[in-house]
Amino acid sequence: MKKLLLAVLLIALIVVAGGLWLTRTKPLAPEATASLDGDAEAGALIFAAGGCASCHGTEGGSEEDRLILAGGHAIDSDFGTFYTPNISPSEAGIGGWSLEEFADAMVRGVSPEGQHYYPAFPYVAYSRMELQDVADLWAYMQTLPESDTASRPHDLPFPFNVRRGLGLWKLRYMPDGWVMTGEDIPERGRYLVEAVAHCGECHTSRDELGGLITVDWLGGAPNPSGEGSIPNITPGALDWSAEDIAYYLESGFTPDFDTAGGSMVDVIHGTSQLPAKDREAIADYVKAVPAVE
Amino acid sequence: MLITRLASLTLAGAIALSPLTAVAQDGEAAIEAREGAMNVLGLSLGTIGGMAKGEVEYDAEAATAAAENLAAIASLNLGPLFPEGTSSDDMEDSRALPAVWAEWDEFQSQWDDLGAAADGLVDVAADGQEGLGAALGPIGQACGSCHRQFRQSN
Repeated sequence: MKKLLLAVLLIALIVVAGGLWLTRTKPLAPEATASLDGDAEAGALIFAAGGCASCHGTEGGSEEDRLILAGGHAIDSDFGTFYTPNISPSEAGIGGWSLEEFADAMVRGVSPEGQHYYPAFPYVAYSRMELQDVADLWAYMQTLPESDTASRPHDLPFPFNVRRGLGLWKLRYMPDGWVMTGEDIPERGRYLVEAVAHCGECHTSRDELGGLITVDWLGGAPNPSGEGSIPNITPGALDWSAEDIAYYLESGFTPDFDTAGGSMVDVIHGTSQLPAKDREAIADYVKAVPAVE
Repeated sequence: MLITRLASLTLAGAIALSPLTAVAQDGEAAIEAREGAMNVLGLSLGTIGGMAKGEVEYDAEAATAAAENLAAIASLNLGPLFPEGTSSDDMEDSRALPAVWAEWDEFQSQWDDLGAAADGLVDVAADGQEGLGAALGPIGQACGSCHRQFRQSN
C-alpha cells in the first residue's frame, strides 16, 4: 500500500515537473544582445515599419500623440479582451528595462518577470527579426516621451488567464523560420512582411487556438474588430501591379484613387515613412506569394 | 360604393405614408449625391496621381483643372450631403458610420483638412510634375484619416 502511494506520488511529481518543463519560458542567452549597440535613427524606421504606434500610441490623431506610447487600446478576441500596455520609456512603461529584457519580449514573448506574453503582441512575427534591428528600435524608443499611465490588465476568463499555458501554445505555434521559403521569394520583402510589419497577423486567418493558418498565408481573414473582413492580398485576389501596391503603401491611394480605411490607415502612416525601395520590396513579396483562392 | 370607399381608404393610406416615402427618397438622393462628390474627387485624383506616378504625361492645364475640381468639391457644405437618418445603420447602401453624426465637429474638421490639402495642390498644380507627389501626400492622409473614423469597412 505504502509502495503504491509512493508510486502515485512519484508519477504525479513527474507529470508536474514535465508540465513545468514543457511550459517554461525560453529567453535569449545573455550574450545574444551583449555586444549590440543600437542606432536610434535606424530604429525610427523599424518603428514605422512595425507600426508600433498603431496599438501603443495615444489615440487622438496628432503626430505628438502617436509617439506617446501609453497603450490602452482594446483588442477583442475569442479569448477575451486584451489591452495594449504602456511601452513608453517611463517607470509605468518599459523605462526600467535592459536591452536584453526588451529583446526577450520582442523575439521570445517573455517578460522581464519571466512570464509568457499573450500572442496578441505579435512576437510570433518579431521572432524572425534581426537582433540588431531590435537594438536599433530599443535605442529609438528611449528618445520618445514618457507616459505615467498605468497599463490596464487584460480581461480574460479562465483558463486563458493562466499565462503558464501559453508555453504549450508556443510549442505549437512559435515558428523556427520563414513562412515562405521558395527561391523566388524576395528576401527584403519577406523580412518586412513576415517579421517587422507583421502583415500576416491580420491578413491571415486563425485556427480555433488563435494560431495563424499558414497554408492560407495572407489569404484574408475576418476583421477582429467585428465589421467586414481583412482582404486577401495574395495574387489570388489582388490584381494590382507591384507599382500600384508600392504607391498604395506610400500614399494610401488604391489604383482607382479610393483610399485605405480602418487600421490600414495607421499601417500606411508607417509605410509612407519608409525608403521607397522598402515599399517596393514589400510589393514584390506580395506579388510572389502563392495565390490563395 | 364599396369600391369608392376602398379607393378613398387607399388614397388616405398613400397620403399618410407619403412623408415617410419622401424622407427615404431624400436619403437616397443624399447618398447618391455624396457618392457622386467622392467620385469627382477620385476622378481628379486619378488625373493628378497618374501624372505624379509618371504613368500619364504631365499637362499643366489638365492638372490645374483637376486640382480646382478637387478643391471645389472639398469646399461643399457637408450638411445637405449627410442628413440625419442616412447612416450605415439606417440605410443598407450607406457606408457612413453613425460616428459622422455623433462626432460632427470632428467630421467637419477632417473635411476642412481635405480643403486645405486641396488648396495646397491647386497652388502647385501648374508648376510642374515634380511637386505633385508631395502635394498629394496630405490629401491621401486627409482621405485616409476620415475614412478610418467615419466610413464603414468593406
